Amino acid sequence: MKIAVCIKRVPEMDVRFKIAPSGTSVDETGLKWDMSDFDGYAVEAALQMTEKLGTGEVVVLTLGPDAAQETLRKALSMGAARAIHLKADAIPFDNFAIAKALAAELAGGGFDLVMFGKLSIDSSNGAVGPMTAELLNLPCVTAASKLEIAGGKGTARRELEGAAELLEFPLPAVVTIDEGVARPRYPSLKGIMAAKKKPLEVKPAQLGEVRLTVTTMALPPERPAGRIIGEGVAAVPELVRLLQTEAKVL
Amino acid sequence: MANHILAFAEVRGGEPRKVAFESVTAARALADAAGGEVHAVLAGAPGVAAKAESLGTYGADVVVVVEHATFADYNPEALAAFVAERVKSGGHRAVVFTASAQGKDLAPRVAAKLGVPLAADLSTVQLTGDKVVGTHPVNTGKVLATVSLTATPAVVSIRPGAVTAAPAARTARVETASPAGDPGVSRVRVTQTIVGNTAKLDLGDAPVIVSGGRGLRAAENFKLVEDLAAAFGNAAVGATRAVTDDGWRPHSDQIGQTGRQVSPDLYVAVGISGAIQHLAGMRTSKTIVAINKDREAPIFKVADYGIVGDVLEIVPALTAAVRQAKGSH
Repeated sequence: MKIAVCIKRVPEMDVRFKIAPSGTSVDETGLKWDMSDFDGYAVEAALQMTEKLGTGEVVVLTLGPDAAQETLRKALSMGAARAIHLKADAIPFDNFAIAKALAAELAGGGFDLVMFGKLSIDSSNGAVGPMTAELLNLPCVTAASKLEIAGGKGTARRELEGAAELLEFPLPAVVTIDEGVARPRYPSLKGIMAAKKKPLEVKPAQLGEVRLTVTTMALPPERPAGRIIGEGVAAVPELVRLLQTEAKVL
Repeated sequence: MANHILAFAEVRGGEPRKVAFESVTAARALADAAGGEVHAVLAGAPGVAAKAESLGTYGADVVVVVEHATFADYNPEALAAFVAERVKSGGHRAVVFTASAQGKDLAPRVAAKLGVPLAADLSTVQLTGDKVVGTHPVNTGKVLATVSLTATPAVVSIRPGAVTAAPAARTARVETASPAGDPGVSRVRVTQTIVGNTAKLDLGDAPVIVSGGRGLRAAENFKLVEDLAAAFGNAAVGATRAVTDDGWRPHSDQIGQTGRQVSPDLYVAVGISGAIQHLAGMRTSKTIVAINKDREAPIFKVADYGIVGDVLEIVPALTAAVRQAKGSH
C-alpha cells in the first residue's frame, strides 16, 4: 500500500491577524506556523493504515517556499517515509494551478491512495484534492469522516447537512479527510531524530498560469461591543421586548 | 460568446434544497449584469421534473432537467460530467454552485473538467467586465479576502445563506436532457444516504439556532435547549465542541472552527463561554443572545443581548415567554 499525503504549511489561527502593508496578505510578523489541521488527520490516517497492514509507504508532498520543509519534517517525524517539496516562491491562491503541479508529480508515482485534508484552514477552498483527482482521472471522495480500505476497495462516510452518505470506490483513489478519522499523534523524540535523516526531495513546482488571486485582504467589521441587559430571570421580559422591537426576530 | 449563467440546483430526497434557490438567485444577479439568461440544472430521480417550475419562480429562464435512477442519491461523477458538458456546449460565462456539502464536492470537479480554478465559498459575488470578483472568508473567518477570477467560464460556489433566495418570477422553459454517458458506471457510488430526523431543521437552513455548551452542566439539561428551540418553532439546535466531544450531542451539531459555520438571524448561546473556535462558527449571526453565569465570559463581547445568571432558571423562563410571544400574533 503506497499512500501519498498532500499537506500545507499554514499560520496557527489562535491570534489576532493584522493586514500587511501591501493589503493583499496578512502580516506574517510573529505568526507561528504548523501543518493545516485536516492535513494532520490525513497523515495520521495514512500512517495508521500502513501500520495496520504492516506494509506500505507514506510519502508526503507539499508546495511552497523553503519554509514549507518544516511541515514536511513534521510529517516525517510522525512516521512518513519520505517527502517531496515542490518549490515555489509563494503558494498561489489559484487552486487549479496547485492541483496541476501536484498531479504532474503524483502521476506515475504508483500510489494506491492520495490523501488530502478536506480544506486548508487558511485559504479554506477545499478544491485542490478533488481537482487533483480529476486531473489524474481517479475516483474521489471528499470530506470523509470515516474511511476503511480493504481488498482494493474503499468505503467512506461523508457528513451532509442533517444527513450523511456512505460511499464505496475502487483503488487507486483520492480521498480528502474530515476530522474524526484519526487524531494526529505528537512526534516522538525518536521520530524527530529519525526525520532528520529521511529523504526530502526538492523539485520546482510546475505552476503554470494563475487566474485566481487575492486582490485585497481586510479584517471583518467588528461587531458592536456586547451588551449585558440584565441578570437572572428578571431580565427575560426585557430580552423578549428587544427581540421583538429592536432585533425584530420574534 | 454567450453571457448565460448556469446555476446548479441541489436536490435531496426529490426536493430542491433551499440552497438551490440561493444558487438561482445569485446566478440571476450575474446574468442581469452580463445581459444573459439563467440556465438552471435540475438533476434527480425520475419525477424531479415536476419541481422545474419552482426554479423559474426565483429567476431561471431555462430549467435543464436530467433524470436518472442513479440520481436518487448523489452521483458525483455523472453530475460533474453532465454539468461540464453543458457548459462546454453552452459556452456559459459563469457557473454557480452553493458551497454546501454536495456543492463543495461537485464544484471543484466541474472546474477541473473545464480546466479553470474555483472561486470557492464566496459571501458576495459580482461580474465586472472580464472578471468575477467575490468575498471569501479566510483564516477561519478572521480575515476577509477579495478574490479576482479571470478564467472563463468563471466557476464559483456561494456560501449557504450568504444570498437570500428572492423571487424573480418568470415562466421557465423546461428542457429535458440525457446524462453524459452512462451514470450507472460511476466509480464512486453512494450506497446509502442516511437522513436524520427530517422533521428537524438543518443548522444551515434554520433562521434561529439555539446552541448549548458545558454551562448546561449535564447532558439531560440539553432538554432545556430543545424546548427553547421548539418554542421558537423555526429553530435548530447546535452545540459546542466540548459538548459533542463528551457525547452529549452528535458531532454533526457542532458549531465552530472545525464544525458548522452558521449565520442565522438569531443565535441563542446557552451556557457557552465563547471560545475563539466557537466564535469562528457563529460570529456572523445577525443577532446574538448569550445566557451565561460568568459575566467575564468572552461570549458577552459579541452578544447583542446578554443575560448573566443560571441557565437552568433563565432558559425555562425564556421558553415560556417566547411561547407566549409566538402565540400572541
